Amino acid sequence: MKILHSILFISIVFAQLVFAQPEFPVLKKYANDFTGTLNYTQINKINSALKAFDDSTSNQIVFLMVKSIDGYPLEMYTYETAKKNKIGTKGNDNGVLFFVAKNDRKMRMEVGYGLEGALPDALASSILRNEVRPYFRRNNYYQGVVAGLNAIIAATKGEYKIKKKRQNDLNIVPLFWIIFLIIIFIRIKYGRKGGRGGMIYFGGGLGGGFGGGSSGGFSGGFSGGGGSFGGGGASGSW
Amino acid sequence: MTNGTKIGCGVGIAILVVIIGAVLWGIGIYNSLVSLDEEVQQSWSQVENQYQRRADLIPNLVNTVKGVANFEKETYTAVAEARSKVNQIKLTSDMLNDPQAFQKFQAAQDGLGSALSRLLVTVERYPELKANENFLQLQAQLEGTENRISVERRKFNLVVQKYNTKIRRFPDNFIAGIIGFREKQYFKSIEGASKPPKVKF
Repeated sequence: MKILHSILFISIVFAQLVFAQPEFPVLKKYANDFTGTLNYTQINKINSALKAFDDSTSNQIVFLMVKSIDGYPLEMYTYETAKKNKIGTKGNDNGVLFFVAKNDRKMRMEVGYGLEGALPDALASSILRNEVRPYFRRNNYYQGVVAGLNAIIAATKGEYKIKKKRQNDLNIVPLFWIIFLIIIFIRIKYGRKGGRGGMIYFGGGLGGGFGGGSSGGFSGGFSGGGGSFGGGGASGSW
Repeated sequence: MTNGTKIGCGVGIAILVVIIGAVLWGIGIYNSLVSLDEEVQQSWSQVENQYQRRADLIPNLVNTVKGVANFEKETYTAVAEARSKVNQIKLTSDMLNDPQAFQKFQAAQDGLGSALSRLLVTVERYPELKANENFLQLQAQLEGTENRISVERRKFNLVVQKYNTKIRRFPDNFIAGIIGFREKQYFKSIEGASKPPKVKF
């Protein structure tokens, strides 16, 4: 009996492994379109809006459009993709994945644990049905996506105010200034002969710091904060 | 001190070291078993929460479809019956190693699941429901809950797998056997249960 059980279990696990064949995409931006439907400006617009939203609220909303999921179960696909990319911040679990499989005419909002209250399934489904679908039916994908994302933003806006990243920034900022003051101090003390040497250093330091920050990904790269998902959200079609 | 007592002391110390080592090793295994056990219980409570959430949605759903003119009575009474059955069978986390209780629990929950999916299929024949925003939202909640249930079940199965492997593997099975950690049950997917029933009109 025990052997039978373990065979059964192994086969279940194995079946899941075989089933889990599709490569779930790694998302490098907030707005990802693998179909070429949206143009460069549109993507950038969405991307920077979602990045700004993340910066001010720590809610991570990510948009992903693919051609097809080839018959793979939609809910599993979005769950695995959201999980893999760790959308949302750790502890708050405040991530949302807005997913569109264009040729399958299927879409889904995968909502992280922490936003299930602000964006319950009923609301998610209503957004897909009433905000997104009318546009998609007229092949107006950009407007549909924007309407959907705006509705998600409106729903999740007030949810989290304490921003983890911000706290980190605050911790880093004083450190930065302390080091900065020390450098200036050293410069003033030892750089008397150099005269303007300190000022030149100042300029170089700032420029280098900022340059490094923005070259990490072309303005608005996405990196997941470690949010987790429990299958919340809603699916729709058009 | 004679040579004999010296050797005796040495052997004694060696034995002591071995015993202390064994005890520490046992404590380490025991602790990791306890935290795995805790993990299983935690993910079980997630599974339970989602099942409860589904059960809570049902009265509202039944009332809504009841209000629709000549909606098939059998489908919603089947749901109501399945729900009352589910309410009678509780499975606490310390019963997870009881195969029969677990099977009964899963059978009742799966029964409710299939009664519900039959009802949702029937709904397709009632355009007035399909246009009713209230009903559509209720349907979205139900679908979301079903999805959550399957996610939490998968998570639970993975944790139980980890736990079961640990307590059966040598040498951990030694400690597990002494303390009384027993293998736990997990969900088995039923043939065809994951596929929605197809209907022809």
